[in-house]
Amino acid sequence: MTDASVATSPIFGKLSLAAFPIHEPILVATFAVVVLGGAAVVGALTYYRLWGWLWRDWLTSVDHKKIGIMYMILGLVMLLRGFADAVMMRIQQAIAFNGSEGYLNAHHYDQLFTVHGVIMIFFVAMPLVTGLMNYVVPLQIGARDVSFPFLNNFSFWMTTAGAVLVMISLFVGEFARTGWLAYPPLSGISYSPEVGVDYYIWALQIAGVGTTLSGINLICTIVKMRCPGMSLMKMPVFTWTSLCTNVLIVATFPVLTAVLALLTLDRYVGTNFFTNDFGGNPMMYVNLIWIWGHPEVYILILPAFGIFSEVVSTFSGKRLFGYTSMVYATVVITILSYLVWLHHFFTMGSGASVNSFFGITTMIISIPTGAKIFNWLFTMYRGRIRFELPMMWTIAFMLTFVIGGMTGVLLAVPPADFVLHNSLFLVAHFHNVIIGGVLYGLFAGMIYWWPKAFGFRLHPLLGHFSFWFWTLGFLFAFMPLYVLGLMGVTRRMRVFDDPSLQIWFIIAGFGAFLILLGIVSFIAQIAYSIWKRDELRDLTGDPWDGRTLEWATSSPPPAYNFAFTPVVHDNDAWTDMKRRGYVRPVDGFKPIHMPKNTPTGLVLAGISVALGFALIWHIWWLAAVSFAAILVVAIAHSFNYHRDFHIPAEEVVAAENARTRLLAGSGA
Amino acid sequence: MSALRVLALLPLLAALGGCNLVVMAPSGDIAAQQRDLIVISTVLMLLIIVPVMALTVFFAWRYRASNREATYKPDWNHSTGLELVIWAAPLLIIIALGALTWMGTHLLDPYRKLDRIAAGKPVPATTRPLEVEVVALDWKWLFIYPEQGIATVNELAAPVDRPIHFKLTASSVMNSFYIPALAGQIYTMPAMQTRLHAVINRPGRYQGFSANYSGAGFSGMRFSFLGMSEGDFEGWVAKARESEARLDRAAYLQLERPSENVAVQRFGATEPRLFDAIRNLCVQPGKMCMSEMMALDAKGGLGLAGLHTTLPLAYDKYSRRGGNQAPFGEEPRFIASICTVEEAKAMMAMAPPDTTPRDLTPIRGLGLTLPAMTPGSMTFAPMTPRRPQTFTELLGLARSSQS
Repeated sequence: MTDASVATSPIFGKLSLAAFPIHEPILVATFAVVVLGGAAVVGALTYYRLWGWLWRDWLTSVDHKKIGIMYMILGLVMLLRGFADAVMMRIQQAIAFNGSEGYLNAHHYDQLFTVHGVIMIFFVAMPLVTGLMNYVVPLQIGARDVSFPFLNNFSFWMTTAGAVLVMISLFVGEFARTGWLAYPPLSGISYSPEVGVDYYIWALQIAGVGTTLSGINLICTIVKMRCPGMSLMKMPVFTWTSLCTNVLIVATFPVLTAVLALLTLDRYVGTNFFTNDFGGNPMMYVNLIWIWGHPEVYILILPAFGIFSEVVSTFSGKRLFGYTSMVYATVVITILSYLVWLHHFFTMGSGASVNSFFGITTMIISIPTGAKIFNWLFTMYRGRIRFELPMMWTIAFMLTFVIGGMTGVLLAVPPADFVLHNSLFLVAHFHNVIIGGVLYGLFAGMIYWWPKAFGFRLHPLLGHFSFWFWTLGFLFAFMPLYVLGLMGVTRRMRVFDDPSLQIWFIIAGFGAFLILLGIVSFIAQIAYSIWKRDELRDLTGDPWDGRTLEWATSSPPPAYNFAFTPVVHDNDAWTDMKRRGYVRPVDGFKPIHMPKNTPTGLVLAGISVALGFALIWHIWWLAAVSFAAILVVAIAHSFNYHRDFHIPAEEVVAAENARTRLLAGSGA
Repeated sequence: MSALRVLALLPLLAALGGCNLVVMAPSGDIAAQQRDLIVISTVLMLLIIVPVMALTVFFAWRYRASNREATYKPDWNHSTGLELVIWAAPLLIIIALGALTWMGTHLLDPYRKLDRIAAGKPVPATTRPLEVEVVALDWKWLFIYPEQGIATVNELAAPVDRPIHFKLTASSVMNSFYIPALAGQIYTMPAMQTRLHAVINRPGRYQGFSANYSGAGFSGMRFSFLGMSEGDFEGWVAKARESEARLDRAAYLQLERPSENVAVQRFGATEPRLFDAIRNLCVQPGKMCMSEMMALDAKGGLGLAGLHTTLPLAYDKYSRRGGNQAPFGEEPRFIASICTVEEAKAMMAMAPPDTTPRDLTPIRGLGLTLPAMTPGSMTFAPMTPRRPQTFTELLGLARSSQS
């Protein structure tokens, strides 16, 4: 693409008019839609005079609940982008037969599968998981916010900045064409001289700052801010899995940062960490990236396990079976997840003993995971199961995830992996566990905690549509891929020459269409529920007969979460309180000390986007200026002493009295 | 729910009859053993998966809220016996599977020489494996037959029931060599070598391809693998030998350039040891082979002088696809000549006095002995090794060693 002779301008760096894909009709149309959509949003905000509200109450907010919701919005918006990429790939693979090249050239298609993976992992699954942890964990442990509220806001905006860079790559230049983990030498400057890999690197590095800081924040919150009486072994399971996930984040994301930094040095400074010549070793990259990459999948799945634990227990009306073994299983998974990374490249010529070691450690992880499944099963045993939507997602998870788990253990047998690695069987496997595990968990969690966040339930009918479309769509989209894998078809192919494969790709494409209906139904469900919110209103704050502390406060909770910090005596603290005839205090309120909003996080993230963009396009002056600006803003912010305030007692009294009236009115 | 699930799978099962599950029905003994492992492991795991799925459905149905007949024990949450079973059942299966894995991985290690052609058919003592050297190029496959002295592009052939020993490397980026009918895949990586032992048991034309994405032409990196009788294979070799084309270094460098959807090519003769040169990144004249560099390094290296000789080591760092390079990277350099102490002194005497370094001892690998070998036309003056004492000294000398 880019010629060696492309001059680097002192003002625009490598950026030139050629970087704008005006010849790609698909991208131009997408751009038009984005501009129209953006204009509509801006217009609506202006028309309804919402800018001030948006700025004060949301963008600059340090409230963990608002930040949690913003993470969820980010994740859902990026889900639409990642899913659009998936649909485009499915269409290409369904038509590129019998000599047809399909409708995507290699340049476009190779970006698609890369960006699909990157977006789905980093900018869909991660924000959704982090968002739920952010929202729920402080409430579950009876805290008023996280340990470092400003840092929380900053983390969110850095994650968003990474997503913004990925989105910019759609319209300015290109994204990486390397696969989602950007293995060198392909991702090195010799084989990917264009800006795509630089977009990849800087988007991940900037988002990685957010993820790592958010991990530190949540660990600190869980360790230090639990309410009195909540010992570690009385923590709700979701909080436990969040703790383990954040330990994993803090321990592994630095590895990702380091390995990407080494790749950056190779690309910018001409070092030879991962080059073919000069003694570079690309295998080192593969090892390092998977030392991050394998724990990453547990970072995603552990919180989902936590959600399922809460949901099963709540909707079975029963204490979680085997709480202790559940906690230990989580911790064991956390530790073991570091000992399995090599199973991602059995086929790169490691010796038989090394391969079998990593194969067996991988299988061992299935023991605690299996124990978890049994624990959910025996929580249902002798329960009173209410089939609300979160519970349906959970049961669908239990049925699909075990298939994904089984194919996963199969892939852990090295000789089997030799024939299945890189195949569509593998693709089916990890979608089976990520959709059937993480995504189903996120849906269960979003629907479960929705009334807590907004004060009204989601309307179930459209939710049922969404559930069935997703579940059937998943089966139609990925079961054919298992079959194709056994037919010896591998991933990332753009064209095929064996016509007998086509029918399977068409079935998979139909599955993707069903999933599209599932996504549309989910959005419709949200829209319809907002419209009908008065009918769906929950005044009690405890619509599901919940068991943990987040249900003890109002829905949505006040900014301070709890007027009085609760005291915990048992697991399932709220159930315990309800049983022992807990009476809500109605007087004696005091002023509450809270953190103050600040725009610094947003500003820093904005400058980071400029820095990333400048580094990607070699606009050195902008890089220098924005780097200096980050330092100046960060230092200036450290001199800001007006970081907190007290919610006056009168306001607390007013809020709590309003709730008292509501509770009296609802008869609770 | 589960009934629907089964219904959804039915058309798939019906269609399965009409398709070629090559991984489940391969034609090579290694792939067949790998298939057996897949089947055995799956059955082992189904021992626990099926009961779990059945129990999930059963419990979900039995303990539905509307079923007031069912026992309800809201506080029952522990049972030591049950916990033991919960942990022990998967553990037992994993022990069985782990043992199977350990054995299978060692028996089917792609680096291990074959000891059987098929079940119950050991490799005859007189049979020597067919040697094939495989190079993944941008974006096609080169197969060199060192014994036959021929080479082909995008077509591979082997006699049935004769063990094949592949040595594999790549010219630019990682690929994965995969013939599902023959054996599991193995990566091909530049500047590295992997191995694969396999055997084909049935004659036929099979698909081979790259299983690891390698860039724009990746989808077209397909080749045919022909399983042939011994006689047909001789004929195939003879046909290749008839080709006028000769695969020497120049032809290889031409072939190595990126091209897509390449048709079959045959070379009647090949330059000996070309594969070693490819693997050592030194096909191009004037390049130092990695093996040479490693031999030099093993003897202490070229020291600071070596640091300044980067051109013979450059393979793809400065130009490959596109030709851009790291904005802050260094240009490749080489040392044209190295002078003796006397010559250097004479030269320094002519230079302005402030640039004269304090010590003329050349720098080598710090504290290491003098390299015994003298590569190329470079000459080394005999000196006593001495560590540079200051940074300026080091830099001054470095400059003086480049003329």
